[in-house]
Amino acid sequence: MTVAVRVRRALGTHWYAWTMVAPVVLVIGVIIGYPLVRGVFLSLTDANEANVQRDIGVNHIPATYKFTGLDNYQAVLSDSVFWDRLGWTVLWTVGCVSITFLAGLTLANMLNRTLRGRTFYRLALILPWAVPAFISVFTWRMLYNEKNGILNKLLAGGGIDAIPWLNDPTWAKLSVIAVNVWLGVPFMLVALLGGLQSIPGELYEAAEMDGASAWQRFRHITVPGLRAVSSTVILLSAIWTFNMFPVIFLLTRGGPGDATEILVTYAYRLSFVDSPRNFSESATWGVLILVLLSIVAVVYRRALRKQGEVW
Amino acid sequence: MTRTGTTRTRTTRTPKTRTRNQRSRPASIGLHATLAAAAVIAVFPPLWLLVTSFKPRTDAFSTGVVTHFTFANYTHVLADTEFLTWFKNSVIIVGLTTVLGVFIAATTGYAVSRFRFPGMRPLMWLLLITQMFPVAVLIVPLYNLLASLGLLNQPAGLVVTYLTIAVPFCAWMMKGYFDTIPVEIDESGRVDGLNPFGTFWRLVLPLARPGLAVTGFYTFVTAWAEVAYASAFMTGEENLTLAGGLQTFVNQYTNDWGSMTAAAVIIAVPAALVFAFAQRHLVSGLTAGTTKG
Repeated sequence: MTVAVRVRRALGTHWYAWTMVAPVVLVIGVIIGYPLVRGVFLSLTDANEANVQRDIGVNHIPATYKFTGLDNYQAVLSDSVFWDRLGWTVLWTVGCVSITFLAGLTLANMLNRTLRGRTFYRLALILPWAVPAFISVFTWRMLYNEKNGILNKLLAGGGIDAIPWLNDPTWAKLSVIAVNVWLGVPFMLVALLGGLQSIPGELYEAAEMDGASAWQRFRHITVPGLRAVSSTVILLSAIWTFNMFPVIFLLTRGGPGDATEILVTYAYRLSFVDSPRNFSESATWGVLILVLLSIVAVVYRRALRKQGEVW
Repeated sequence: MTRTGTTRTRTTRTPKTRTRNQRSRPASIGLHATLAAAAVIAVFPPLWLLVTSFKPRTDAFSTGVVTHFTFANYTHVLADTEFLTWFKNSVIIVGLTTVLGVFIAATTGYAVSRFRFPGMRPLMWLLLITQMFPVAVLIVPLYNLLASLGLLNQPAGLVVTYLTIAVPFCAWMMKGYFDTIPVEIDESGRVDGLNPFGTFWRLVLPLARPGLAVTGFYTFVTAWAEVAYASAFMTGEENLTLAGGLQTFVNQYTNDWGSMTAAAVIIAVPAALVFAFAQRHLVSGLTAGTTKG
């Protein structure tokens, strides 16, 4: 059988499927594939605002940046800025995800039982999700306002000095984590509640018959029953938090100084805020971020597989 | 994970084993107190935003409730700023993204749910990996790409960008959803002489309406709230989307909190409406995606 025949036969059987996935493949290829390749390329050059191809009026100025190999990587990795930002980003991700997950799990367990006012609580707790994140972030900025914000006024009412929520490096870190947790809990809650409701009630009833305590029921029925959902939402949430741009960008712009700057916002700053805009260094940061995320995802997936997870 | 068990043990510390839906009075109070506290924390910021928007601009930071009820912030935002233009820009961009996004997520989800074809596994991986792409690695090249295509400051440029953010997750969700629809339905369609597209369009898609609602909701919310690309790709006051426009009220130069709150309320309302519409399907749709993912 020749290749041509084989291709034609494959087309005959699979053209439906291929047609249906074509738009997605096309869009991803053009909008992610090309920029990705280009980004990797830029990270190997010394491109910045001053030497890329550009048009000023009618004058077309060709690109003059050079290929510099791995120089950018060497420069970034030997610079303490990268490691500082990485340390804070890891802290931020682990802090946000673990607090969000614990809060979501606690609340989901509380809501997954007969309870007066359950619908009301559920709606109230999901509300932060219904409001667009950037609106919420602006609202929090208003609440955090050092001189006039309501949080400090409430504290003043209790005789406590104003707290520089966003103007002190340590407080700013706590503040951005708090906002991100506030934003993230509803998703966790909904996903985990769904997971809890998919655990058959008979399991609990049987356990109660056998005299299992509440803790034993939680440990041996709820925890295993939630494992699939938990592993997915934790991974998703970790990736989202790691890349969480709007919260930090809109709340503190990475400040004070660069105290709350995570890797993603710092890379953005390099290419869109700082002057001259440093495209190559920003691209280098981007590639490093991607590498880090891939490693985490692979390790996480392997760990899950070791536990017998099919995902 | 095991540590969180304390919540349940606390409600049943008595030596006698209680069943799931019985609890002592203190446990009940504790439960309600915790939930009420969490609900207050969840509701307060949006509520405070709403309250502040009705205060005169000079009172934006007063701690009390509204003393001088006024619509001045709203009229100012609607009449004297570019707000309506931003709103229009956002509606066009988000509307197009949602319609296109739901459609191509559905066809892709259906294809990977029903057919075994060469390239399927790589595609699933691609969809999964795309979700973790940081904005940072793509934004500069994408900016250059859109610039060379003349799509900067054009709605179309943002629409395709948003599709790449929303579609991978949505396609996974739709796959999970289609997996729950019995294959027999497809087979009955084939028996009746429908081709795969007909089966998909006339039989399966109508059954998948809850999944579509969740997918549409997710796409809408993602696009409506996106900040990074919108801030970088859209410049000039008449091209901004709402996310960019709102930043012009409160930044290092101006501090117009009154206008900000009014604008924020107007922006949040459509999102909340879409949310209310989709939230019924939220649990089923999301878990179909996540448990099977």
